Amino acid sequence: MSPTNRTVVVTGIGATTPLGGDAASTWEGLVAGRSGVRALEQEWAADQAVRIAAQIAVEPGEVIPRPQARRLDRSAQFALIAAKEAWADAGYTDTAGEDGNVDPDRLGAVIASGIGGVTTLLDQYDVLKEKGVRRVSPHTVPMLMPNGPSANVGLLVGARAGVHTPVSACASGAEAIGYAIEMIRTGRADVVVAGGTEAAIHPLPIAAFGNMMAMSKNNDDPQGASRPYDIGRDGFVLGEGAGVIVLESAEHAAKRGARVYAEAVGQGISADGHDIVQPEPEGRGIAHALQNLLDNTDLNPAEIMHVNAHATSTPAGDVAELKALRKVFGDDTDHFAVSGTKSMTGHLLGGAGGVESVATVLALYHRIAPPTINVDNLDPEAEAAADVVRGEARKLPVEGRIAALNDSFGFGGHNVVLAFRTV
Amino acid sequence: MAATQEEIVAGLADIVNEIAGIPVEDVQLEKSFTDDLDVDSLSMVEVVVAAEERFDVKIPDDDVKNLKTVGDATKYILEHQG
Repeated sequence: MSPTNRTVVVTGIGATTPLGGDAASTWEGLVAGRSGVRALEQEWAADQAVRIAAQIAVEPGEVIPRPQARRLDRSAQFALIAAKEAWADAGYTDTAGEDGNVDPDRLGAVIASGIGGVTTLLDQYDVLKEKGVRRVSPHTVPMLMPNGPSANVGLLVGARAGVHTPVSACASGAEAIGYAIEMIRTGRADVVVAGGTEAAIHPLPIAAFGNMMAMSKNNDDPQGASRPYDIGRDGFVLGEGAGVIVLESAEHAAKRGARVYAEAVGQGISADGHDIVQPEPEGRGIAHALQNLLDNTDLNPAEIMHVNAHATSTPAGDVAELKALRKVFGDDTDHFAVSGTKSMTGHLLGGAGGVESVATVLALYHRIAPPTINVDNLDPEAEAAADVVRGEARKLPVEGRIAALNDSFGFGGHNVVLAFRTV
Repeated sequence: MAATQEEIVAGLADIVNEIAGIPVEDVQLEKSFTDDLDVDSLSMVEVVVAAEERFDVKIPDDDVKNLKTVGDATKYILEHQG
């Protein structure tokens, strides 16, 4: 294969999410159909219209030593925890250069977030107002910059081929993984650590998303609040955490005898060109991204058996995505087991593409599609467009190569579709 | 009441422990903040601000670069505390 069209595989996974402190416990929660959404008990939540969120299962302070944690934004803490797990899971034992398995000049890191170090920014502004200029932390800038998580992960593994941070709201994590696939496919790197992270459970983002009428206000039933495809869905539930995967050229992985979870087939990207926040109602932009995926990879629609949908539980977005799938794939859509895992994890914004790529890769590896929970009354428009996995996890075909998609869309009209395939 | 040398060293040890995670007993007069105590240039600003508050002293940025060791800082605080 030419150096500009190399095969890319996934060799490591890591996550810290509302369902668990690592990828294994997160996957277990997803397959069991467990909700990570809880009532917000913080004092500041009392006068919010939205008083629920999917908070992290394992606080980063329990994992990261305090001197290191106090100079990292919460989003960077999540990213480091997930990246460390993914790096070790891929079989790497030290930083690049120290570990003979990878050349630092051929190693990259691409970690994205939608909002960056928003809690650092707001907390330090409180310090400025309450305690004065002198007390503002000298670590504020490296903590709040959106590239902080990618820079810290790059330092963790010793990446020197390039460290990047695509920002596209809720598509950011997926765009990071797509960017990483391209870095390897085109020969810029052999190994890239990629994913997404978000830590935005703070009164200001919650008030702001709440005032946009974008979030569920089902405060009385936190675990039932995130209900993609249900006729009674009333908005997303904010989640926090990170998901990171290690991507590698198939050749590099084979040479060191690495375990391969799946092939990262490629990506399809487009922009709606429609509205700053409203999704294009017919899914035209999404269809364009799906078509780009088909045009630019060797993905065969007949092999797609699973879609980890964007499905945030908003009235407009969920159905537009399914319509786009039907528009591009026609009758092939009938064999897509469509899962809305945000029903369990909440919506991790820029972290979503990372966590859901971990879920998609594990769905292929174990050949199980996780369920969409809380679909008590399936929206007829969703039912007409696609086969939604409801209630319980579903087995995927055990024979042959199968593929899966992970969709992520963001405010601004960003559409990113990733495709993975069993090996 | 002004702090004694022992009190200042103990106070700096608490601050360095909080910021860099170094055990308090390792924070001694001859130790270099950068080379021995894991205090980089940004963390040194934190140490200085915490010390200013604790010992009621002002340490201008121009003077911070002369405070290489715990002993340098202790001497400076002894001479300048309010």
